[in-house]
Amino acid sequence: MLAIRDLVVTLPTARGRVTAVKSISLDIAKGESLGLIGESGSGKSLTALSVMGLLSERAQVQGSITFNGQELVGMADAQFCHLRGARIGMIFQEPMTALNPVHPIWHQVAEPLLRHRRMKPSDAKEHALGLLERVQLPRASERLGTYPHELSGGQRQRVMIASALACGPDLLIADEPTTALDVTVQKEVLELIKELVREDQMSLLLISHDLGLMQDQVDRIAVMYGGCIVEMSNTEDLFALRAHPYTRGLFAARPRLGMRRGERLTTIRGSVPSLADLPTGCGFADRCEKVVDACRGAKPPLLPLTHGPLLDGGGAAQIDSDHRVACPRWDMP
Amino acid sequence: MTSVLLEVRNLNKIYQLPRKDWLSQPRTIQALIDVNFTLEAGRSIGIVGESGSGKSTLARLIMALDRPTSGEVLFQGKNIHGLSRQALTRLRPHFQMVFQDPYGSLDPRQSVLRIVTEPLHQRDINNERLDPRGLRFRAEAALDEVGLRSSDLDKYPHEFSGGQRQRIAIARALITRPSLIVADEPVSALDVSVQAQILNLMQDLQEAHGLTYVWISHDLAVMNLVCDNIVVLRAGEVLEQGPTHEILQNPRHAYTKALLAAVPGQMPHSTTEN
Repeated sequence: MLAIRDLVVTLPTARGRVTAVKSISLDIAKGESLGLIGESGSGKSLTALSVMGLLSERAQVQGSITFNGQELVGMADAQFCHLRGARIGMIFQEPMTALNPVHPIWHQVAEPLLRHRRMKPSDAKEHALGLLERVQLPRASERLGTYPHELSGGQRQRVMIASALACGPDLLIADEPTTALDVTVQKEVLELIKELVREDQMSLLLISHDLGLMQDQVDRIAVMYGGCIVEMSNTEDLFALRAHPYTRGLFAARPRLGMRRGERLTTIRGSVPSLADLPTGCGFADRCEKVVDACRGAKPPLLPLTHGPLLDGGGAAQIDSDHRVACPRWDMP
Repeated sequence: MTSVLLEVRNLNKIYQLPRKDWLSQPRTIQALIDVNFTLEAGRSIGIVGESGSGKSTLARLIMALDRPTSGEVLFQGKNIHGLSRQALTRLRPHFQMVFQDPYGSLDPRQSVLRIVTEPLHQRDINNERLDPRGLRFRAEAALDEVGLRSSDLDKYPHEFSGGQRQRIAIARALITRPSLIVADEPVSALDVSVQAQILNLMQDLQEAHGLTYVWISHDLAVMNLVCDNIVVLRAGEVLEQGPTHEILQNPRHAYTKALLAAVPGQMPHSTTEN
């Protein structure tokens, strides 16, 4: 349904053009959910913005993104407008800025219907009520006329989800949808998204910096670092194997409830490099514990896992042939 | 052996909201309701809560940035809200704060030297007046503590990553050699790989200097790692408080259970690793 091939995004900066997304490829089948994980500067949000056609004009996009067979790279804006909000729904991080403060919430939810379906306002309003009830906004019928500032963060996020779903999109893109919310609300909103995606057989592209959040949420995960996908697999295998040293480092760096008071976390040395300073070769080389000279030579390709000492010894029997990692040394001690 | 450094007694804070119209009674919000806890020197307490819980109000009252409606905050046995302005100013260097947002809390127009030595510029502390060389020396020592180089002193905040900025903010808090640091969500704006470094650093500093911490956070996994005791706040009220491991292993209140359940994706191998 969505196929990204060799996507490259370059951005102009004060220090010249930098390549922020370095030739990534991924597919999302109908009804499938894919999680894109990465820290700041990994290129995960730029990838999402490319799919939505929302990159700034100064960004250059190469490669191909096809959505239901239609090529999106280079598509005219007018044409893109028919897809965005209609076939592709979007949820952003900060519902306060993504919603328009001067429109009542029914109008925000109904806007895609007015625009794409050319509904009459009265019909659209009725439709909006149905959607707000579907996202479980409490007392939805009394609240059609309220404004975003009168709602809590979680309620605003529900309004944004209702608006994204209005035209029954094939693909839902959620960029850090719960980062700005309280933890208990976070969980409710994630459950809601999961439920709606399943009910409508939508495909989901979920973007987050939070590994833990992905576990119960998506079928497959792609881990991004320095503009590249460094590991991609179904969720279960990724959590079990954590093949790439960066994925491994991310897992180890997370505080866990089972740890003791005063215990030190395992850290990844250094910090996320700025895109302009990324080494040639493997982008993670400078922070990696397994680094050898060869890592700094050429960028390691994303290849299916093959058996090696770690797997044979540990007896982790079956490897999914779809589990791919961009590190030839992943199973070396 | 241990002595109480900070004690919060029957602390209440009521904020007045604007009147709806001039005849109506002023509306109020009770942001804190009878909060009590004690914190021994060298230990850490975690204030856990979500938005609207009153945790930031509590931080402001402990830092004497705001006055309580009633109740006391005893620092080294003295009620900081009953002190004269002068006495409070003399006491301030002993408690410092680290904020959540390392982008918003550092003035972009000031050099790192100026930022880090800011608390020393406020007043002469203990009558020691520092010349520029003395200031620089103190700043270098503070940067060294947090893992930055002395050559960083003449740079500006935009030249640093988020994690490095938070290190600068910690250096600024350390420079007065405080005994108490209030850390308001100090790692929640940072990338996971950087968050771990800052958490380790703050624990190292606690051990090296016998620092006492008040951590404000919503993240129970972080609290579990860094706090001896926690206080669970909701809507200004303490729901439960006690030793961290007791509360996390055996939460009494439904809200604490909900917070625990909401800690995303606790790995199945969480206890066996490392």
